[in-house]
Amino acid sequence: MLLVVEQFLNGLQFGLLLFLLAAGLTLVFGIMDLVNLAHGSLYMMGAYFAATFAAWTGSFLLGALLALGATLVLGIVLEMSALRHLYGRDHLDHVLATFGLILFFNEAVRLIWGPAGLALPLPAWLTVPVPILPGIHYPAYRLAIIIVALLVALLLYLGVMRTRIGMLIRAGASNREMIGALGINIKLLYTLVFGLGAALAGLAGLMQAPILTVQIGMGENILILAFVIIVIGGIGSIRGAFLAAIFVGMIDTLGRAFLPNLLRQVLSGAAASTAAPALSSMLIYLLMAIVLVVRPEGLFPANRR
Amino acid sequence: MKGLSVSKAVTALMLAGLVLLPLYSSVSGNIFILTLFTRIVILALAAASLNLIMGFGGMMSFGHAAYLGIGGYAVGMLAQEGVGSGFIQFPVALAASAIYALVIGALSLRTRGVYFIMITLAFAQMAYYVASGLARYGGDDGLTVYKRSDFAGLINLSDRAQFYYLCLACLFGVIFLIWRIVNSRFGLVVQGLRSNEQRMQAIGFPAKRYQLVCFVISGTMCGLAGALLANNTDFVSPAVMYWTRSGDLMVMVILGGMGTLFGPVIGAVVYLLLEEFLSQITEYWALIMGPLLLLIVLFGRGGIMGLLGRIGRG
Repeated sequence: MLLVVEQFLNGLQFGLLLFLLAAGLTLVFGIMDLVNLAHGSLYMMGAYFAATFAAWTGSFLLGALLALGATLVLGIVLEMSALRHLYGRDHLDHVLATFGLILFFNEAVRLIWGPAGLALPLPAWLTVPVPILPGIHYPAYRLAIIIVALLVALLLYLGVMRTRIGMLIRAGASNREMIGALGINIKLLYTLVFGLGAALAGLAGLMQAPILTVQIGMGENILILAFVIIVIGGIGSIRGAFLAAIFVGMIDTLGRAFLPNLLRQVLSGAAASTAAPALSSMLIYLLMAIVLVVRPEGLFPANRR
Repeated sequence: MKGLSVSKAVTALMLAGLVLLPLYSSVSGNIFILTLFTRIVILALAAASLNLIMGFGGMMSFGHAAYLGIGGYAVGMLAQEGVGSGFIQFPVALAASAIYALVIGALSLRTRGVYFIMITLAFAQMAYYVASGLARYGGDDGLTVYKRSDFAGLINLSDRAQFYYLCLACLFGVIFLIWRIVNSRFGLVVQGLRSNEQRMQAIGFPAKRYQLVCFVISGTMCGLAGALLANNTDFVSPAVMYWTRSGDLMVMVILGGMGTLFGPVIGAVVYLLLEEFLSQITEYWALIMGPLLLLIVLFGRGGIMGLLGRIGRG
């Protein structure tokens, strides 16, 4: 029981983290029609910034805040210097150009921070276990991730659905020429959207940093997960990204936690313990394949909103 | 017309260079260059196979590295089980790649555009995780191939020059095949599907079937590259199938010139030489390579082949 609740929460936490990453990716893709493989690099930079700023300031929160701002600025600089020249180009050009950016960022990190990973230690008040149900405790930090991510998701939803900027963003997603013709500064809008996406990726990275080691290439694995999510959810759909992210986070976490035991029921112990990790890593890709075969546009296509 | 001749001249020069390379290597005593170029030729083969579906067929597979792994594992696993004959290993490698491509293609071709890119990527990642789970064959650590494929004494794969020429012959064979395919009725249908699928279907061509056959041919060719690669490195590991490897192949194709016969070869040569050259200047070679790719995309439309064409036209 304890294990089930804990793994369930872990799945939720991972799913919400994935949502932050996928939301930025799907915003940029849905609105600017830009396939940004370097989104994972922004996630990595968020983690590195946080580890560095936290060490400088001696405060976890201050470090995280500074890192968030730094990724936002980095995203804006990136958009203005390189990516804005790619709008309207073929998707393949996007893939190639942003693949180049991945190489660049990985190497830049190696140059600046060295090949060894960094650690981002948590302050004492975030390491205590919090009682969530009678007799069941859950790490405070993971709980904090869940709360922050839920808040951000809510703000994002309200921002996109209820504000003027959000209205422009939605309008830009359906018809970019039209909102340009209405006298909206579409260049500025795109820069803002990209910066927002970068900040979301950075937030995911810096929140994940204390759980995993901060290391080069950390964005690449998780980027693929984020792509899986936006494809399952339907590209450009925030709601789809949210539901798919929770779903993928759950499946991935629960699969890793319970698949070994399940397999042990039917296979020998040794075979089960070798097959389980591979199978649980495959689960989400299997899910994505099934979704695409059944609904090639994803579960919640944005254009049918 | 003149534009065509500049790119033709460069292509001919490069091919002559590839053919004469072992000669230069033995005269200068530079063994390293032969090892380097064996790798380049094999990856050029893989890039050429990707170009068949991407450049001519408009199908952007982001999972082509999977075939490298499948071809490689076929050789490695058979060698591990005591089957050393290349006459068995290579056909098995090709067949395994073909079957994988058939299944993946049949499922992936239901989607299009970015979804197609992503689903091919997802299937390749699945293959990657399957390989990581193969405890009997090294799992994450990979599998050492202790003995190269044995071709009953006809070719000795342990001899550097012979192995190089085998790879080069495979590359030329594959390019010849692609040339024949692209100019055949079948190839014209596939290229027609790239430009306007609806129209082709309206004429009465079963679109998906044509694309699927093309997809399988491409995958099989790439499986050949995988079998050669395993022999070249004497090693195969899941890392061969990791998604960034598929990205590398894509880069080679686009860099050289997508949809041209020799573009992927030029792309592979330039990309891998650049990597080698830059890594000798600085440990941080990717710091230069990354922005370089960006610049190529921004200013060099049509890749190197396109650039050569523009130079020719003056």
